[in-house]
This record gives sequence, C-alpha cells and structure tokens, in this order.
Amino acid sequence: MDKKNLLEIKDLSVSVDGRHILHDINLFVQPGETQVIFGPNGSGKTTLLMTIMGFPRYQVTKGRILFKGKDITDLPLDKRANLGIGLLFQRPPVVRGVKTRDIVAACLKETEGSKATEQLAEKANLTEFLDRDINYGFSGGEIKRSELLQLLAQAPELALLDEPESGVDLENIALIGQLINDLLGKIHPIYMRTHSGLIISHTGHILDYVNARTGYVMCNGRIICEGDPHDILTTIKEKGYQECVSCPMK
Amino acid sequence: MSDEVNVPPAEEASTDTGKQAALGDDLDLSLYESQVAEKPSHIDPATLSDKDKRQMMSAGIMFDDLSQRSGTFIQMDNAPIHSSVKQDGIEVMAISQALEKYDWLKDYFWQAVAADTDKYTAHVDCHQSDGYFIRALPGSKTLYPIQACLYLAKSRLIQDVHNIIIAEEGSELHIITGCTTASGREPGIHLGVSEFYIKKGAKVTFSMIHSWTPETGVRPRTATVIEEDGLFLSNYVIMKPVYSLQAYPSARCIGENATVRFNSIMVAPPGSRMDLGSKVFLNAKGSKAEIVSRAITTGGNIIARGYIEGNCPDVKGHLECRGLIMGDSGTIQAIPELKGTLAGVDLSHEAAVGKIAEEEIEYLMARGLSRDEATATIVRGFLNVDIQGLPPLLHAEMKKAIETSEQDLF
Repeated sequence: MDKKNLLEIKDLSVSVDGRHILHDINLFVQPGETQVIFGPNGSGKTTLLMTIMGFPRYQVTKGRILFKGKDITDLPLDKRANLGIGLLFQRPPVVRGVKTRDIVAACLKETEGSKATEQLAEKANLTEFLDRDINYGFSGGEIKRSELLQLLAQAPELALLDEPESGVDLENIALIGQLINDLLGKIHPIYMRTHSGLIISHTGHILDYVNARTGYVMCNGRIICEGDPHDILTTIKEKGYQECVSCPMK
Repeated sequence: MSDEVNVPPAEEASTDTGKQAALGDDLDLSLYESQVAEKPSHIDPATLSDKDKRQMMSAGIMFDDLSQRSGTFIQMDNAPIHSSVKQDGIEVMAISQALEKYDWLKDYFWQAVAADTDKYTAHVDCHQSDGYFIRALPGSKTLYPIQACLYLAKSRLIQDVHNIIIAEEGSELHIITGCTTASGREPGIHLGVSEFYIKKGAKVTFSMIHSWTPETGVRPRTATVIEEDGLFLSNYVIMKPVYSLQAYPSARCIGENATVRFNSIMVAPPGSRMDLGSKVFLNAKGSKAEIVSRAITTGGNIIARGYIEGNCPDVKGHLECRGLIMGDSGTIQAIPELKGTLAGVDLSHEAAVGKIAEEEIEYLMARGLSRDEATATIVRGFLNVDIQGLPPLLHAEMKKAIETSEQDLF
C-alpha cells in the first residue's frame, strides 16, 4: 500500500437493509488533505461516510477500508472513533437527559473541572448550550456547531462531514467554516497538516469557506468524476448532475 | 385548617377494618408481628453499630458531620431513638412527644390521610404509632436539611409510622428522609403515614430515598395540603430491590397559586414489584402541578401512575411518565390520567415506554464511547430529572445518592 494515504477505500460495495447502495468505490485521502463529494440526493454519499465510520447497518459486501494502513473493514464503530475517525452527523439524534457538556467531556476524555470544555464551547458560540440536552430544540445551525464542537473535542485525524452547511443560515455559515478550518488545521501550511477531511456537499456552499483539493461526483452509488472541486461545482451549477451522468470523460 | 379536606373524623376510623387497599398486592399482615410503639429514647447516633449506620447512610442519612443538618430524627422499628434540632424556629421530635407538648396537634391527625383508607392506615392508627413531627415556625427557614431515618431492624416485624410535617406561614423546610432495613433477606413490612400541611407562602422540599430488601413489603400513605402561594417539591428515589411497594401520594392545592412538583425515580430489579404514582388535585385558582417520573426495569415489574385533576379555572398541570426496559424481562405499565371538571383548566401528559434507542447508543459510540459506556451515559441521562428548587447541598447529595445506586445497574 501507499504509506502516504490516511484512508484507502478499495473496490467497496455496500448494502443497507439488503439493498445494494454503493458499487466499486475507490477513494484515497492523504494526511492533511480535504476532499469534497458532490452528488444528488440519494446518490449514496451519506452511506459512504456511515460505512467508513462503521455503523452496523451498513454492510460491506465487497472491498476493503484501510485507515493508517490498518484494515478497519470489520472494526466496530467505537474502535474506529478511537483510532481517529470522527463524523459530523447530518441529523443527529436527541438524547434526553444527556447534556452537551457530558459528550464534549467524554470526547476530550477530560476529568471533571477542566476548562477545555468551556473554552471550546466559547469558540463554537455554544456556552449556553453546554447544560442543555444534546440536540434537543437546537436549530439547524446550532446542531452543526454542536457537532463541530464535539469533533473539535475529539480531534480526529479524519473528519467525515456530512453536509455541514445544510440548514445553516448566512450568519452561521462563516462560523461553521471557521470551525471546520480549525478542525482540519487549515491554519498550517499543507505540508504541516495532519488532519484530513472528507466533506459531503449538496450545494457546494461550503467551498466558499473551506478549501478542498479534490472533488468527486457520486451518482447512483458510484463515483463518476474526480477533479478540481471548483471546476466540478461550476459544471454542476451550469448543467446539473445529469451532465455528470452523461459525461464522456467519466 | 381548611374544610376542603373532607375526611371522616379519626375516632370513626380507628379500628383495624381489614379493608383491602385499592391498588397493589394484598399483604397478609397477620403473618408479621405487630407492636404498639415503644416510648421514645434518646441515644447518640454515633453509638449505633457500624452495620446499622452503613445501612442508614445508603438511604442518604449523614452521621459524620451533623453540622450539615438542621435536625435529625431516627426511628428504629417502632421506637424513636433520636431526635435533635440545631436551629431556632425549627422543631423535630417524636410525634408522641409533640402530642404531649401541643394540644392542638390532634386537629392535624388523620386530616390529610383518612385513617380508614385501607387496612394499612388502619393498622398504623390502631397501634399508637410513633413517627416524626417536623415543624417550621412562621417565617423560619432551615439553613441545612433536616434528616429523618425510618429503620426496620427486626425480622418479620411491621413498622408503623405516623409523621406530621407542618410548614407555618412564610416558612421553608428542607427534609431528607431515608427509609431502609437491616441488610439481609429477612421479611418485614413498613407502613408509613405522612401528612404534610403547607401554610400560606411556605415552601417544603421533601426528598425521600428508599433502600429496602427483596423481602420487604412497603405501603407509604402520604398526603399534602398546600395553601395559598405554598410550594411542595417532592423527590422520591428507589433503586434497590423490594418485594412489593405500592404508594400513591397525593397533594391538594387548596390556596391560590399553590404549586406542587413530584419527581420520582424508580428502578426495579428482578423480583421487585412497584406500583407508584403521584396524584394532584388543583382546587384553587392559579394552582400548578408537575409530575415527572422515570422508571427503569432490569427485570422487575413497575406500574407508574399519575393523576392530575383540575377543579378550578386557570390551573395548569403536566404529567410526564417515561419508562425504560433494560434486558429481556420486566414490565412497565404507565398510567397517566387527567381529569378536568370545568373549562379553563390546562392539563397535559406525555408517556413513553421503550428500550434505549440504538441510534442514540451509536451516536455516542461514534464519539469513542464503548457500547457499555454509551448505555450507562444514556441511562444516567434518563435518570437525570431536573430537580428544581433544592438547595445546592441537597441537590448534590441527591445526585450522589442516585449515582451510587446506578453502579448496581451495570
């Protein structure tokens, strides 16, 4: 294998509840690299992230997933999290009685009394949400910021971000972008970055705030295009995903 | 006293009628030893055996630093063995002593709870039962909680208890009660009548921890009368096994803007049978009630009841019963009931019974928690009833008591 790759996905096919969703996916992410996956609704983008994270409902029927050179295809969800993979949920569940503070502290693995939780919450403008039930009554933007707050505490080497800009108003999107840049260590030059991101975007708005090196288009469970994310987005905006499906270059 | 508390005079009911209770298993009292209450004594709690102290501490009673308590009362079986108070304006003594001291106290006897409610109240009535008398004089406020322990030490005994709590106008009482038995598997029965009288503008928080054994039968009979602007906040926790427990404490809001909140946390291990609820009658304008219960079964059977009745305009009540079934056996039956008798009442309820959602476990696992850690976090959250209105010290102690008991769950 290429030692430079943080994540390697080889010939991956996945089924969910007996339905074949992903077919022969090949994808590689290097340390410090950010990639974006575009695609219409139902194309399999979320399935790909959920499979990388290791949710049991997503069954790998073919192929392998390697993370830091280790085959994680059969590794449980929590073990993958502890190896350094984190997920921003598009629609996280409400967990009544469990406070935002509890989860952030668990992600930080901090002992009670540490100030790190407060500091991160301040950064995400969520101080007042620390003692609220996680995700209960949160707005779209608050959910994304809360997800990013947890990821910042977790500090994964590979962040899987499922539509971080969906449901976020204009006021919040700049802060979301800033938090993602923090998470991915964008403050550092690329050769010094160690944290990578795989971002799903339906609209591409997030590219106004977060730079990405590679873009993919996913349709019907297959990756059908790879290239400069801005070029891809321009084409999609002009001609829609149908153009990608019929593209002779794919 | 209000004439709205309509119960028969005590003398008509002071015989053991043998009337079966409306709810719960019918406990055969003849299989147990009955006693007439012994005279109160006064011993230093420090001289109790380590075993007894340990048991009492498991029900939230504190021995090491009594400066953190405004008063202490301990009853062992049917004998009050200690009562002390450390604050002016607060009274803590055995009910038998209080009756000797205050002639008027008999007017409060069996006024909130009817003596002929069932055979258990009749048994308490017939056996000259002792218990605690706790009173805050007008305007007095407890600096620290008052603690009371009802301890069942002798095997095959019926412990009869009759408590009266009076918060005079503008006063504030914080009480923590621990009810427990000597450890072991000896059978026994605890019958406890508690009558609360909360006067105009007074506030009472009552936090009760039950820590029984798999052979104990428990039948508390509690009722509270709340006058204008009065507040009653009751927290009840049972997380240890019990043979059979049935209680349906009630509160009557008889004065304008009277407020009551019942929080109950119950965990039923295999073999435990619990039938628990809270009942509120909103009889005065602007009165409010909130009933919140959390039930977990790890194999036992729970009936979680709740009842709010609105009998006056501009009253508001909400009832929330949530149950969690952990494991392959055990049942939870939630029975929330609302009754409005005229327009202008605002009553609502929500009830849910189920297992922990897999989606929630996976969410926490994606943050690096193991399945067991995720489950424990969710259960802890489930039990994390927002206990409002408690002084910080008592809040911290309740939290600690719950967390200590949680360790048995996993």
